[in-house]
Amino acid sequence: MIGLISSILTITLRAGTSLVYATIGEIFTERGGILNLGLEGIMLMGAVTSFAVSYYTHSLPLALLAAVLVGAALSAIHAFLTITMRANQVVSGLSITLFGSGFASFLGQRLGPATNNHRLVGLVGAKFESFRIPVLSDIPIVQSIVSQDILTWGIYLLIPLAWFYLYRTRAGLSLRAVGENPQTADAMGVDVFRLKYAYTISGGMLVALGGAHLSLSYTPGWSENITGGRGWIVIALVIFSMWNPARAIWGALLFGGINAVQFRLQASGTNIPAGFLNMLPYIMTIVVLVLITWWEALSKKVGAPAALGQAYMREDK
Amino acid sequence: MNEQHESGSFLVEMRGISKSFPGVQASDGIDLRLRYGEVLALLGENGAGKSTLMNILSGLYRPDSGEILVGGRHVTISGPRDAAALGIGMVHQNFMLVDTMTVTENVVLGIRDLAFIPDMAEIKRGILELSERYNLKVEPDAFIWQLSVGEQQRVEILKLLYRNAEILILDEPTAVLTPQEAQELNHVVKRMKGEGKSAVFITHKMEEVMSFSDRVMVLRKGKVVAGKDTKDTNPRDLAKLMVGREVLFQLDRKPFAPGSTVLELRDVCARDERGLPALSGVSFMIRAGEILGIAGVAGNGQRELSEVITGLRKASSGSISINCVDFTGKSPLEIIRSGVSHIPQDRIAVGAVGDMSVANNIAMKGYRSKPLSFAGMLRPRKILELARKMIDSFRISTPSPETRVKFLSGGNIQKTILAREIESCEALLIAVYPSRGLDIGATEAVRKELIAQRESGRAVLLISEDIDELVTTCDTIAVFFEGRVMGIMPAAGAEIEEIGLLMAGVKPGTEASA
Repeated sequence: MIGLISSILTITLRAGTSLVYATIGEIFTERGGILNLGLEGIMLMGAVTSFAVSYYTHSLPLALLAAVLVGAALSAIHAFLTITMRANQVVSGLSITLFGSGFASFLGQRLGPATNNHRLVGLVGAKFESFRIPVLSDIPIVQSIVSQDILTWGIYLLIPLAWFYLYRTRAGLSLRAVGENPQTADAMGVDVFRLKYAYTISGGMLVALGGAHLSLSYTPGWSENITGGRGWIVIALVIFSMWNPARAIWGALLFGGINAVQFRLQASGTNIPAGFLNMLPYIMTIVVLVLITWWEALSKKVGAPAALGQAYMREDK
Repeated sequence: MNEQHESGSFLVEMRGISKSFPGVQASDGIDLRLRYGEVLALLGENGAGKSTLMNILSGLYRPDSGEILVGGRHVTISGPRDAAALGIGMVHQNFMLVDTMTVTENVVLGIRDLAFIPDMAEIKRGILELSERYNLKVEPDAFIWQLSVGEQQRVEILKLLYRNAEILILDEPTAVLTPQEAQELNHVVKRMKGEGKSAVFITHKMEEVMSFSDRVMVLRKGKVVAGKDTKDTNPRDLAKLMVGREVLFQLDRKPFAPGSTVLELRDVCARDERGLPALSGVSFMIRAGEILGIAGVAGNGQRELSEVITGLRKASSGSISINCVDFTGKSPLEIIRSGVSHIPQDRIAVGAVGDMSVANNIAMKGYRSKPLSFAGMLRPRKILELARKMIDSFRISTPSPETRVKFLSGGNIQKTILAREIESCEALLIAVYPSRGLDIGATEAVRKELIAQRESGRAVLLISEDIDELVTTCDTIAVFFEGRVMGIMPAAGAEIEEIGLLMAGVKPGTEASA
């Protein structure tokens, strides 16, 4: 029994890792008042470029770097459109997703070697391996936590750091102010435009890392629609975590857990239809959104940055 | 201004400042001089360019032309950061505070040499020390949304003091305060002056110019019309300079002769958006031919009161009757049909549709029935006809009835709403801050219109935060504090002092605040 729990926890954390990167990335972006619905596209682009780089160079650091740069580039487009051009954030984000999904699919059919018909599907590249730590890796449960690769270890660090940054540092204070009330932040000498750009782009980098985790670690390799809608689930997770990085872990565990259970049930040859199991994360997303909205209404807590989605200009009269 | 000093003797000197917004010349070659350790009052009507001028000094706006000297040196202020570095700080009319953050976080927000990981305990000590020294009581760990408007203003001032601002700009600071709080503010400003700091004080209230300032500068339509030492002037002269003509301080009215009860509230309770009690056990009545004024600092349940009566918000208990018929829990449409008209607080959001024409906005209430519509179809010619009539009788200045409302000035938008609501008013008119943001001329017109409604036998509920307006316009005044009626009194002979105490929650004869 404990072995089963342990193995479910292992997969849960592994499946939750990419969600944590993307959720925290989007939390930072939204804290700056920018809604980026381009997540799905950015994750797919991060996944395809990092896999291609890992296949050709066998260098995982280079693969991650590629993902981060692609994430920065795509979110920079979103930043330019929404911050400088003051375009509608929803429209801009959706077009990033449409573009990213299509372009990632295109790259998956073009970047491969001639021997594979120029496709990336079915190839094997470098991938992250789990650590084996003496003693600890032999204890059930504990091993699920420590016997993970460096990207999963990364979230153990990222979550507390992101929380500390947001709530305990000068920079975090300015960021929160920008998303809540840009007029005030501006009047108090915070450089609103610079911060909005900085956090939209750095948030996009984290989102792309989440995509890279999929193709370099969770399901190594490239397949069409490798994200399986995770970009959309993350939008819900940001709400679920109420824009607090510390709470991102719970959403990631919940959805990672659903993945893990799904995985287990399928492996054990259950007669629950596969289609139903595949539906689970999306049904759960709806359930979570309903519950959180209900709970917010009950507790009178409002989590969303007040100026989320609004363009800001100083001399607006 | 005729005085000519060498520039070195002024703390701030603004020369030939001009700034225009699309369609408006907000500042037109303004010269301003602020001496060391002086309180300068900037007096002018809404739209005279006071706030624009100070927003330029505080770095939020950039002037189209003109130069600024601080301490005798030419400076370029390209953002609030530059202004802060020069020791200039501003308390804006709509407060610049982040609601979801604590007092401490708001005070240190944006300070450039703040440590990357700020020592909050240390900062709190600093805030408490300042709040002690200036008698500005605040709770450093409280969230802004928990504070009253008066407390929020203290945070704003502390924010400037914490930054060692030498030049404080206060934009209509008393608009949201009770008379007593305004008095306290006066003490704080005097203390800062005593420490050698200087202040610019924006206002359109004559009495405040007299009690706060050393010198006064009057602006009209973006130009300086006078600069005087305060002791050499008086309210009547200032009002004349500000408006450009004589102002009536008294309104003509017939003697008070109330008829039957039109509106009666019994023990009405309601909650606000946060689910907190906004109205607790409110009871009062208004009779035909009576103007009842609701006095109180904004945010003490006035908005909820108007919404409950008009059916926009549900009363959680109690009853509301109009002409002796119970209307508790009825829909806004049913209430409109009973003859109730409503001039809402937020005229842009609730009162008018900015992208629709003046004519359509005027027709917005009567369009359901003849003559404006027939068999479910609008009759544009009838609508235009009505609009022309209203534009004429309410003197709405608009290029045409087809102009979109959002292009009109605040006063004319208000008149458009007023025209529609008064035209359709049969029994009760509810006016929420009807003169807020209007200049003296438009304010006078609005008040006269309210009195005309009273004279024709309707009941009027006037919600206002301007005590002078209440005393001059109303027959009866009810004072609100935290959603309760603190007292009801006849307006004739009402003591402003007493109303002020009630507004602050203090019952006469008791020391403790309720």
